[in-house]
Amino acid sequence: MTFTKTFVASAALSLAAGATFADGHMANEMTIVSWGGAYSASQLNAYHTPYAAKTGVTILNDDSSSTAVARLRAMNEANNITWDVVDVEAGPAMQLCDEGLAMVIDPDTMLAPAPDGTSAADDFGDMLVSECFIPQIVYSTTFGYRTDLVGSTAPTSVCDVFDTVAYPGKRSLFSVPINTMEWALLCDGVAKADIYDVLETPEGQDQALAKLDTIKDDVIWVSSGADTPQLLADGEVVMGATYNGRLFALIEEQKQPVAMIWDGQVMDLDGWIIPTGLSPERQARALDYIMFATDTQRLADQAKWISYGPARASSAPLVGKHADLGIDMGPHMPTAPENLERAFLMNYSFWADYRDDLDAKFQTWLAK
Amino acid sequence: MTVSTKTDQILSADGMPLKKSLGRALRHQKRRALMLVAPLLIFIFVAFIMPIVSMLFRSVENDIVVNTLPQTVMALQSWNAETEELPDEDVYAAFAADIKLAAETKTHTKVGLRLNYEQAGIASLFKKTARKVKKWDIESDGPFKEKFIGVHKNWGKIEIWRTLKVHSSRYTSGYFLNAIDMRKTAGGPKAQPEDKQILLLLFQRTIIMSLVITGSCILLGYPVAWLLANVPLRKANLLLILVLLPFWTSLLVRTSAWKVMLQQQGVINDLLVQLGMVSDGARLVMINNQTGTIVAMTHILLPFMILPMYSVMQTIPPTYLRAAKSLGATDWTAFWRVYFPQSVPGIGAGSILVFILAIGYYITPEIVGGTKGVFISNRIAYSILKSLNWGLGAALATILLVAVLILYWAYDKMVGIDNVKLGG
Repeated sequence: MTFTKTFVASAALSLAAGATFADGHMANEMTIVSWGGAYSASQLNAYHTPYAAKTGVTILNDDSSSTAVARLRAMNEANNITWDVVDVEAGPAMQLCDEGLAMVIDPDTMLAPAPDGTSAADDFGDMLVSECFIPQIVYSTTFGYRTDLVGSTAPTSVCDVFDTVAYPGKRSLFSVPINTMEWALLCDGVAKADIYDVLETPEGQDQALAKLDTIKDDVIWVSSGADTPQLLADGEVVMGATYNGRLFALIEEQKQPVAMIWDGQVMDLDGWIIPTGLSPERQARALDYIMFATDTQRLADQAKWISYGPARASSAPLVGKHADLGIDMGPHMPTAPENLERAFLMNYSFWADYRDDLDAKFQTWLAK
Repeated sequence: MTVSTKTDQILSADGMPLKKSLGRALRHQKRRALMLVAPLLIFIFVAFIMPIVSMLFRSVENDIVVNTLPQTVMALQSWNAETEELPDEDVYAAFAADIKLAAETKTHTKVGLRLNYEQAGIASLFKKTARKVKKWDIESDGPFKEKFIGVHKNWGKIEIWRTLKVHSSRYTSGYFLNAIDMRKTAGGPKAQPEDKQILLLLFQRTIIMSLVITGSCILLGYPVAWLLANVPLRKANLLLILVLLPFWTSLLVRTSAWKVMLQQQGVINDLLVQLGMVSDGARLVMINNQTGTIVAMTHILLPFMILPMYSVMQTIPPTYLRAAKSLGATDWTAFWRVYFPQSVPGIGAGSILVFILAIGYYITPEIVGGTKGVFISNRIAYSILKSLNWGLGAALATILLVAVLILYWAYDKMVGIDNVKLGG
């Protein structure tokens, strides 16, 4: 009993004292949850392996990010949190934060400043969309097309997706309202800045669906990021939406006759959260990992293995060449200047409010 | 002479009446048997039944609103939600006190998320409001009505207060109403707007497609089972391995293989085009629709139909057929009047198995079903995993469970459950 008390007291003390004293009381094992596949591999190379080498910690990987929100809620109700650090997108991170399932992060004390001394809060800037969320990468959902199936003039605009006369054939879209409805409004003449105001109104929602009606018969609706690359490779579709990293792999690694549109790319963030309710020594370990894995160099390193842009401003100049292919990764980042100017920023708080409502409408529309 | 009074009873060796003694021994045995199965029963109860019941219970549970905003709910009781007048100052004051307290314990976002399922926009409204209310002094800063409307114009809208009042009870029928495309309103249950009515359609589609899948499993499985039961044992074992082979490959691999087969640039279409049966411009659409779901699921569930049929057919003596024929029956009559009736218990068992598995299928329709071939389970998965609306997910799951039980009961009434055999 006394042992436990001293232990808890000293752990609390070390937490209060900050990371400098925490070292002696950190767990030796941690479970990191991510998406699996090439993405987890890039994290393994850029973060896990150097961190394990530095600290001797055993890192267990769990590829459960796609169901992380529901499972964290269940774990929290069962009072048995088995995850230490969880990789989620910004939207779900906000949801976890609102439900009290993710701990609040203070960027000044818990995240590393940039090498030139800029504070983490300024270095991440607008990317810190939720107080619980530590951004890692910027990814985007954008279109790829088959260079051999689109005729002589290649598509250059996201609105070419809606042009079935110039570009006949099937196109693939995610069967969710997010991104799809924004593109529909954008291509129906709504200004970028007004899209979410329009989408808030029932008339605006009908307008988006009416625009989608014009291509409904030409769309293959997909549910996962792996679908569109496969459909493009098989020649099932002439163009389709997926994550830019998937298209990069299809074009540069698998050498398929596919090119990217980039126009109208919708940028989203992916990053870490730390669950609430961890024991002090596990929490200290998770925080120590986060401090290490989200510093300027580490974020830039990840881009060697996958074409997602680092979320820190100070990491961008450090992005180098792909580890295996040797190509310059800079132009393949969604955050590269020429890609960025055609980008579209997702409005998280809009989707937090309207996702359920619009999803019901969207699915009803799809089923018709 | 007192001994002879109970001559009508047979006594056991220790002088007890035999009936009582036997009964005791039997009870003892029963207790021992029960103790033997007790670990399993307790395990099933704790690890299976309790979690399911607690999950299903969420379909009516709704205490988060009244627990987080107790004073507001109390104050709203005197407000008539069907009038066109906003609640008065008491309600706003009570709400200010509640939301300030909730903001301090960070529970305001949870209640916001809960009510957002009923009316889009409430989640961010609660967040914005709580940020402001945190700075207010509840004792001296009133009146609050104007202040709230100043924070956000929606606090001056009746709809918000109606939603709050309607969904404030500790237990609610709201989730079940949502599950059947209706919603709870101040004036009683009403139909959802037409552009949001999807769930009943999905229920209907799930049932119809499961029936079609069961039917095609019977048609395809019956001859296979018959063959298995009637070829020599060594060949039958080989065939049985072929039937079981799909069980040993991953479900995802099998489903994806169907994609390769059925898609427009896929194996079957290529073959048909090469044979000249289909023109290149008119390749068949066989996937990402109902056909895809039916084909892939029939294939996946086929072993569940064949195995019970096979084990029943194995027990039908071939002599019966020979006897029928020797008595002058044609092949068809012998089959239809003698063999088939005896194989019905196998069909029954296989059908129940396949139908119940099909009705809850989720991953295969998700992959090959496109938008017209998805089931209600896909919606349950969305509610549980994505939107975190566990109440709606639980309500949908409960309805599905009850539907299966009703069908099971109907089957028992029509065919008789004693008629179902999995073997022997």
